[in-house]
Amino acid sequence: MSPLLFLILLPLFALVFILLGAPARFTSLMATALNVLLGCFLFLHYDRIAAGWQYFQEIPLLPQLGLNFTLGADGLSLTMLLLTTLVSFTALWVTPRVEQYPALFYSCLLLISIGLVGAFCSLNTFFLYGFHEIALIPVFIMIGIWGSGDRQAAAWKATLYLGAGSFILLLGIIALYLAAPSNLRSFDLRVMTELSQHNISHPASWIYLLLLVGFGTLVSLFPFHSWAPSTYSSAPTPTAMLHAGVLKKFGLYGFIRLALPIFPIAVEKFSLLVLFLLVCNILYLGYVTIAQQRFDWTIAYSSVMHMGTIFLGLVAFNILSLSGAILLMFGHGLSVAALFALCGALRCRTQTLEYQKLGGLASRFPRLSFLVGCATMASLGLPGFANFAGEILIFFGATASIIINHGSLSFTIATIISIWGIVISAIYMLRAYRRIFFGTLPAHEDSTHWSDLSLFECAPILILLLLLLVVGIFPQAILSLVTTALR
Amino acid sequence: MLALFLSCCAAWTASWTSLPNLVWVIYLAPLLAALFILSLTRHHRRITAALALMATFISALGSWIVFYRGLEGNVPGLKWINFGDALTISIGMTIDPLARTMLVVVTTIATLVFIYSIGYMRQESGFTRYFAGLSFFLFSMLGIVLADNFIMLFINWELVGFSSYLLIMHFFEKNAAADAGKQAFIVNRVGDFGFLLGILLLWIATGSLSFSTINHSLELFVEHPTLLAVSLIFIFCGTIGKSAQFPLHVWLPNSMEGPTPVSSLLHAATMVAAGVYLLARIFPLLHFSPGAREIILWISAITTLGAAFLGTQQNDFKRVLAYSTISQLGYMVTAVAMTTSAAIPMFHLFTHAFFKCLLFLTSGAVMLRMHHELDIWKMGGLRKRMPFTCIAFFCGMLALAGCPFFSGSFSKDLIMKLAFESNKVIFWMIVIAAGLTAFYITRVCIVAFFGEPRTEQARQASEAPVVMLLPMLLLSLPAIFAGYPFFANRFLAPLGSLQLPHELPAFVEIIFILVFLAGTLAALLIYRNATRDPISIPILINRFYIDACYDWLVKSIQDRFAAALDFIDHWIIDGVFVQGTALIAWSFGFLLRLLQVGNLQAYTLFLTGGVIGIILFLLKFH
Repeated sequence: MSPLLFLILLPLFALVFILLGAPARFTSLMATALNVLLGCFLFLHYDRIAAGWQYFQEIPLLPQLGLNFTLGADGLSLTMLLLTTLVSFTALWVTPRVEQYPALFYSCLLLISIGLVGAFCSLNTFFLYGFHEIALIPVFIMIGIWGSGDRQAAAWKATLYLGAGSFILLLGIIALYLAAPSNLRSFDLRVMTELSQHNISHPASWIYLLLLVGFGTLVSLFPFHSWAPSTYSSAPTPTAMLHAGVLKKFGLYGFIRLALPIFPIAVEKFSLLVLFLLVCNILYLGYVTIAQQRFDWTIAYSSVMHMGTIFLGLVAFNILSLSGAILLMFGHGLSVAALFALCGALRCRTQTLEYQKLGGLASRFPRLSFLVGCATMASLGLPGFANFAGEILIFFGATASIIINHGSLSFTIATIISIWGIVISAIYMLRAYRRIFFGTLPAHEDSTHWSDLSLFECAPILILLLLLLVVGIFPQAILSLVTTALR
Repeated sequence: MLALFLSCCAAWTASWTSLPNLVWVIYLAPLLAALFILSLTRHHRRITAALALMATFISALGSWIVFYRGLEGNVPGLKWINFGDALTISIGMTIDPLARTMLVVVTTIATLVFIYSIGYMRQESGFTRYFAGLSFFLFSMLGIVLADNFIMLFINWELVGFSSYLLIMHFFEKNAAADAGKQAFIVNRVGDFGFLLGILLLWIATGSLSFSTINHSLELFVEHPTLLAVSLIFIFCGTIGKSAQFPLHVWLPNSMEGPTPVSSLLHAATMVAAGVYLLARIFPLLHFSPGAREIILWISAITTLGAAFLGTQQNDFKRVLAYSTISQLGYMVTAVAMTTSAAIPMFHLFTHAFFKCLLFLTSGAVMLRMHHELDIWKMGGLRKRMPFTCIAFFCGMLALAGCPFFSGSFSKDLIMKLAFESNKVIFWMIVIAAGLTAFYITRVCIVAFFGEPRTEQARQASEAPVVMLLPMLLLSLPAIFAGYPFFANRFLAPLGSLQLPHELPAFVEIIFILVFLAGTLAALLIYRNATRDPISIPILINRFYIDACYDWLVKSIQDRFAAALDFIDHWIIDGVFVQGTALIAWSFGFLLRLLQVGNLQAYTLFLTGGVIGIILFLLKFH
């Protein structure tokens, strides 16, 4: 039996136990902790010389349709699985006391985790899509029930928007399926790729556009981004961590898995369009981020902005830029999860995240401010953290593709603008940090009983930050794995 | 037996002090200290100070060993990113004469500043945070010095920026300090934006990132002089940011909000000189591109003269010194742009590091005893209250002003002679700047140290503690002697000649002395008995309105632009498009609303139903 199946089954069993009445927090924490260990083990145990799909398992369901439950992992999936298990675990850890339906709350979180793990190790597009839906639906429910602010509107907007995105994506997948000659049709990812690489199927380039819009919406590519800020600011802390940290990366993952290998020509044909959109993500949304007046909105918009840089890595479409994009996906996932966790911890204490009402918290919350400082630095790409390694590789990759495209002007402009992105992100992150933690606190009604994070609360964030540091200092740990998948 | 033991010891020491080991020890000792302080000794002030000092001392000792034994060579490091031929970035280090000299300067000054800090920070909050930050700074600065490729240098370049941010906003509850730290980081990032572009351009052109390879691939640029010039100008952006050249100089005076030893070590002696060091690293390339050098020359000459003008009207002790630093960095960069070897700019970097560090340390002593008062007009008569500090200040002042027989005059005169040979306009610009330098530093000296005390604080000031005096007096020696050939040649001769090819007419030397005398005497006459500034030039007091201009750019242009985009995003992209589409979807899906029952089971049911439906559909299609 494939160990990947355990990754899915462990949280599933925990979910069943919780619904049967087991203590929700303990059970789910244990299951995800085991998953982290298993994820690390699989990551380290992967045979880097043999490469290819490992931990493979196929359970035939409808072979005549090419619809089987196929599990397998390569370097890219394992990186994403490591991210998933870690963020799931820390998200559950930082969850504050749940007053309303705690069992349902933890079940939803586990369901998201199951969906994500399933999506990242499914080799069948049908299950790839299905698992993603399993992860997406609890997000809507969680915003609707436990959200903050105008949660009904936020849940409604996210449902409609991401639902529409998923629907377009589904259309794209079905169209891709139908593009193959009828005796060879299959939902299997490997078959789909092979068919198009050997020129047996000729999927039309509008299918690429469907995939681009579908995945783009999930990734919050401009102009399909406006669900992100309201969703993240209303979602409960662990949901925001999981969604921004991992679930959003599913769109990028899918794009790398499906769109890039099947449509190499369309990628080039539409590169101008994608470059325009990603430049909007960086420049336009970067400046929108500067204008934000609340910490959660700043983080939400910043995570939208960083997607632009990652997309540059994808369309530049060479080994450097793609590895950089994956590294940045990983780094961004961890750092944004840490930021949302800290944002939640801050909100618990101050009841507000508006810059106007905050200030001078560094002396009150030394631990919190230290951790936020580290996460801030990671997210603005300070060398030493994984994000920097990812960004610099993307820049090198994009530069290389300028040469490959004979000095293409659009690539040059996009590269320069995305490098300017490091200035923009420094501006908004440092402004936010300065306004929350430095200076003096405006008079507050009851700030006397505010207490700093306990060591227990610090631990999960420290895990995320330490991993960011380790990967930032030894990026080869991930790159050597990822490159086997990309070649 | 004893002989055997001793020879064993000698062999062990020799093997241990091989180049790679030594370099790693020099490089990592401060980092380890910072990590220890951060994780373990946060609440123990004495242990923290001892740890930090010990690590610095180890680095300094190692640097001196490397220097004395004249070691040279590459230290292969770990491959940070490895894509084979496509791109390989290693954390590699190299020791050559340039790195050796810089190592000794950085670690020696750092050791003295660390000692001084123990006295200066004794009463302050965040003592351990301060030492962790300072140690981390030393680590990243050594990274710049040792780097053998652009990315290793860029990584440490960013890290010194970060540690500078950390140390400037040490007193974070003060709004000015918090703003200054933020500004320093962002302005440096703007410079780094250009720097990174330059690195990428050079990478395109040469396919390499290592200094030695790039410096030896000049023939690639024979047919593409413009490409070389453009990439060098971009790389120079990094220097503009870090070494505070016009127009990105604004952060340096504001960074004076940090503790004074920080201003002394980072913002005068070492970190800001990293920009000059970078140019010296790629000197062969720079030498090959007259176009780039022309632009660099003009920017730095403007900086030299402009900052010297601004120094004359500042009333804040440290800000005068800050503008003086900008101006002196301008001299160094001018020298890089004119000379034929990297020795001359490095010579000024070398002497400046000592005397400017010294000046800042004296200003710190004054500040400490004046209860953080920095307005020179509230001082006066400190000569009698703080005699040793005053002597140390004299040494630094005369070196800075270019008084003959003091270190600064040797290196600065050399740069001015260079300018005399290559460009007369530049020559007069920097000669006037030299006169202004003598003027403003004499002004500070007279107003702060002479005359009668003008406030109660000045009347009650007392001499600084020994732990602070000792580094100041030790630094006074190189401030005087560092320029003499017997001293300077040991450090700089391997870099190239400190002599100019042609003898210059004697009147040039006389001009320098006259300019020095003119500046000093003018300040003496004007400020001898002044109790407030008799001169008031609004444009200089307002720093050429450059700060105001940036303020306007940020507040009125950038923030309004951002707010406008935010409005568009909120009301047009989200409001009209999304909600509009949603409205259509809403009316279209009116019936579907009946399905929105709002519980998990129902949704799961729908999902399963949908999946089954699709499978059935496909089966039929099949």
